[in-house]
Amino acid sequence: MKKFSADKLFKWCAVGAGVLILAVLAAVAVFLLIQASPVFIGDRDAAAHSISSFTGGSTTNFFVFVGPLIFGTILASALALFLAFFVAVGIALFISHYAPKRLASVLSYIVDLLAAIPSVVYGLWGAFVLVPHTYPVWKVINSVLGWIPLFGGPVSNPPRTIATVSIVLAVMILPIITSMARDIFVQTPLLQQEAALALGATKWEMIKLAVLPFGTNGLVSASMLGLGRALGETMAVLMILSPGSTYGIHIFTASRNQTIAANIAAQFPEADSMGVSTLIATGLVLFVITFAVNYIARRITHRSSSKKNGMIASVMAWSTRKFSSRNANHSAVSKSDTGDNNNGKAGE
Amino acid sequence: MSDKNQTQTVEPQALDPDFVPTPDFDKFKPSRSSLAARKRTDLLMRILIYIAFVIALIPLISVLYTTVVNGVHRFDWYFLTHNMRGVVGGLYPYGGILHAAVGTLEITLGAVLISVPIGIMTAVYLVEYSAKKRLHKAISFLIDVMSGIPSIVAGLFAYAMFSLILGPGTMNGFVGSVALSILMIPTIVRTTEEMLSIVPVDLREASYALGVSKSRTIVKIVLRTALPGIVSGVILAIARVIGETAPLLVTAGAISSTNFNLFSGRMTTLPVYVYNEFQQGIASCPTISKFGSDDFGLCVPGIRMERAWAAALVLIIVVLILNAIGRLVAKIFSVKTK
Amino acid sequence: MRHKHQYRCGYMRESASQCMTQGTPQNESLVKVRSKSWRAFIASVVAGACIFSLAACGDNTPSSALAYDSTHNTWASEKLTPLTGEFAASGASSQKSAVDAWIVGYSSAQPHISISYDPSGSGAGVNAFLTGAVSWAGTDAPLSQAQLQASQAVCNGDNAFEIPTYVSPIALAYNLSEYGLNGNAIQLSATTIAKIFNGSITMWDDNDIRQENPEIASKLPHIEITPVWRLDKSGTTRTFQTYLHQAAGDEWSSEPSETWPNSIGQGAKGTPGVVMTIGQAQGTIGYADYAQTSGLGTVAVKVGDYYVDPTPDATAELIANSTWNKDAHKQGRYVLDVDYATQSEGVYPIALVSYDVACRVYPDKRDATFVKQWLSYVLSDAGQIIAQDNAGAAPLPKALRNQMLRTVKTITSASDSKSSSGSEAKGRSDKASQHSTNVQVR
Repeated sequence: MKKFSADKLFKWCAVGAGVLILAVLAAVAVFLLIQASPVFIGDRDAAAHSISSFTGGSTTNFFVFVGPLIFGTILASALALFLAFFVAVGIALFISHYAPKRLASVLSYIVDLLAAIPSVVYGLWGAFVLVPHTYPVWKVINSVLGWIPLFGGPVSNPPRTIATVSIVLAVMILPIITSMARDIFVQTPLLQQEAALALGATKWEMIKLAVLPFGTNGLVSASMLGLGRALGETMAVLMILSPGSTYGIHIFTASRNQTIAANIAAQFPEADSMGVSTLIATGLVLFVITFAVNYIARRITHRSSSKKNGMIASVMAWSTRKFSSRNANHSAVSKSDTGDNNNGKAGE
Repeated sequence: MSDKNQTQTVEPQALDPDFVPTPDFDKFKPSRSSLAARKRTDLLMRILIYIAFVIALIPLISVLYTTVVNGVHRFDWYFLTHNMRGVVGGLYPYGGILHAAVGTLEITLGAVLISVPIGIMTAVYLVEYSAKKRLHKAISFLIDVMSGIPSIVAGLFAYAMFSLILGPGTMNGFVGSVALSILMIPTIVRTTEEMLSIVPVDLREASYALGVSKSRTIVKIVLRTALPGIVSGVILAIARVIGETAPLLVTAGAISSTNFNLFSGRMTTLPVYVYNEFQQGIASCPTISKFGSDDFGLCVPGIRMERAWAAALVLIIVVLILNAIGRLVAKIFSVKTK
Repeated sequence: MRHKHQYRCGYMRESASQCMTQGTPQNESLVKVRSKSWRAFIASVVAGACIFSLAACGDNTPSSALAYDSTHNTWASEKLTPLTGEFAASGASSQKSAVDAWIVGYSSAQPHISISYDPSGSGAGVNAFLTGAVSWAGTDAPLSQAQLQASQAVCNGDNAFEIPTYVSPIALAYNLSEYGLNGNAIQLSATTIAKIFNGSITMWDDNDIRQENPEIASKLPHIEITPVWRLDKSGTTRTFQTYLHQAAGDEWSSEPSETWPNSIGQGAKGTPGVVMTIGQAQGTIGYADYAQTSGLGTVAVKVGDYYVDPTPDATAELIANSTWNKDAHKQGRYVLDVDYATQSEGVYPIALVSYDVACRVYPDKRDATFVKQWLSYVLSDAGQIIAQDNAGAAPLPKALRNQMLRTVKTITSASDSKSSSGSEAKGRSDKASQHSTNVQVR
């Protein structure tokens, strides 16, 4: 009887913990909504006053205020993703198919180190190393590719611009995309790869024929998770960017864009209660955006699981599960270690 | 590409027993120029892929190098054992990070105490009890959502919650712990879930066959077997949140003296310390000092940046050590159990 | 060197003993309760606690350059009423480095006191003061009438008052180091400065700039000017805009506010951010507290027929030439009307004036004693010298300080003002404060 009740207790503890997760998320949404609500349903004058103090008097409308922030957030993250994606795929291929086996694990550990470095250190690095030294690079790109609007406009010096920020963001999301891509590439069926090689394909052709098609969905999902991480990054942007609140797309011009997260961190310490509410409301917007991006990433994973064969799906599901945006690739090594361990045990 | 298509069309004819195929192999022979082009592409891609790797190494080496070079100057025993109380401008007592280290330790410990039980029990529920029920799906989905919450939003949530409960503007270490635990829980759930699901079913069934209750089986067999993996997962999760700045900036704030009380008063943490020193810029030094003399050390205008870098160095060392421990725990324990 | 070493050793000894006293009992009680297998764990926890208690001794021994020195400090020649415990203040971040220095200097005469200053901004600081959370607040802007009304709730029915405590020269810092021009002070008139910041002058070799700098006209490079401004709300921004508005109204018509009105050039957070941004590229120019601009060039600003360098002394002249705002003075407040458009010789015209807000009558005796002592110290010669040395502040003229001190000395608590003959403790404190100054109390 006693055992039975202990059993029950344990079970309800487990259920309770699960339900608590639901409660916590509900709480996140509810508390943020409650604290943000004064902006929309409270004292209109106070809300207008606080928004105009954030924008230097240019607007009193919350949505006019948050619009450029959303734009800046997405611009910086999209650029970062664009920069990081190809490099990440390259590194992943290097680790999975080019580097010698023994070297590969060392190399992936090195890439993992990039994820381990705290964002505030990246901020320091960006502010003291990148900003003073990247101006000539931007100047050259501007003079060669200036006809593309993105690269046009005046080049600010010091380049405390979206371009510099997106480099740092790219470095930060690189390990996430890399390790996910690597794990998917490693799972490519060996038979397919060998078949391609047997047909006389060069290594690159083999990768193009067998590895990349196999990993397409996984890559998309990995980039979405990377994007999600870049959207919410605060410190690096805060410490590098000279912000502004416009829809400017000249990435070499300072004081044009700002991201939501960095704006919150910058304004929070000196905000009054209505100001805090306004900032929390922008935080909610950020939450919704990252939620959408992450949701799309999972949807892609799930769609692949229903359409493609089971193995691919399980690999995808496994890897997306593993790389929930924050723990990045850390569990990878421990997983394989314990995996071996357990197999050994089962063998006994 | 063309080779492949050709061979496939030949195949059905081969089914006819009387048909003896005499393929003209020369026809499939790639022309010299196309072969060269393919080889060139292959070489180009190989080079690009190698370059990609080198590109990734540049920022890593650059970050580590600048941090070590700039940080090592101020990185000494005094720095580790003193706080910022009584530090004025660039004058002699150059101050240190003790208060920040204490803050980081306590806040992270608080976050661990909150998130580890919840995380592990949720994973136990997901793996051992729910068996694909609707609640399972919901929880699993919400864990994904949670893992996507930007860290600053987690900070705002904790701030908002405690503002409503304990009055506006409540800032203390525990609020920071709550914010960090929001970031830790999904990581821990996912790792633990992973570890639990690879524990062989045989082990569970063997345990049940011996008449052991389910809860005992889970605690003594399943969790025990998965323990190294879980521990290493938790350590890596700690390594991840210990460098979080933004949520602590809005929840725990910063002070210059050592605060041991997690539940009252502001608390400086290492990342926030780095940011604070960074944003304070050049320290002012007496132009014509009325009292100062060389007995007390020279005034260092760039002291704040030196402190920021040294604290960043400490942070990186801590994170790297945690990462190494996390990986080692899994390895060492797995060797022992064998 | 010897001094330094002694301090450190003393601290380590103290910390070790504290470690012992705190660690031992914990160790015993815990080990008794727990089973053997937990012993190692407990031991490690206690070891951790030990390290923690060591941590309590992390406070620095302040530089003796700042310590209380009776030969130089005249503000507390007699014994001060001893105070203990914590006192909180908050407000303008501009004052932060001066307040840090004052805290150390004041604490050396009141060793059992712990003062914190939260640089949360002028608005937040005054709000905290109006809710009674802090006993005084620093602000870059004088109180509004509404704030005065609100202050009666925390000041026992009387108005709060503000006194200027910190005056900082605002320099126009530029970076032309690659052209060897950081050493020479580039000379600019208010009109030219306004034109640079409103975007009508975009190049360093612009005719306006060359004409004002005949000696280095040929050296001025043909590169773009990047104006750098504060992107956070700040009194410094308001002051600089006020200067432009008053001295070059034709070029700068927008009303001065705490936020920068245009987005020409780059914004940066805080004075340190501005200084860092200027240092990172050639051709930048921005406004920042003079004390922070070492290594950069600073503009000599045209006043009358001369160009004046930003120095604390030239700024002190500006304050000496200023008058008290009459309306405020009638209410017993000290608000400076600074004449930014001054044409007097040898005056540097751009300076941030930061105020401390305090009550005339505090409900709490402890607060009253503290604020009275604190402000007396801040306005003393010692306080002014420390602020000048460590925060680059311009010293306030003695005459002004004496006027303000007279008001500061009248700060009392509610209980004091009610009963003429108080308790023994009260009597003692009054005596002490009377002795501490030559000015008669009440």
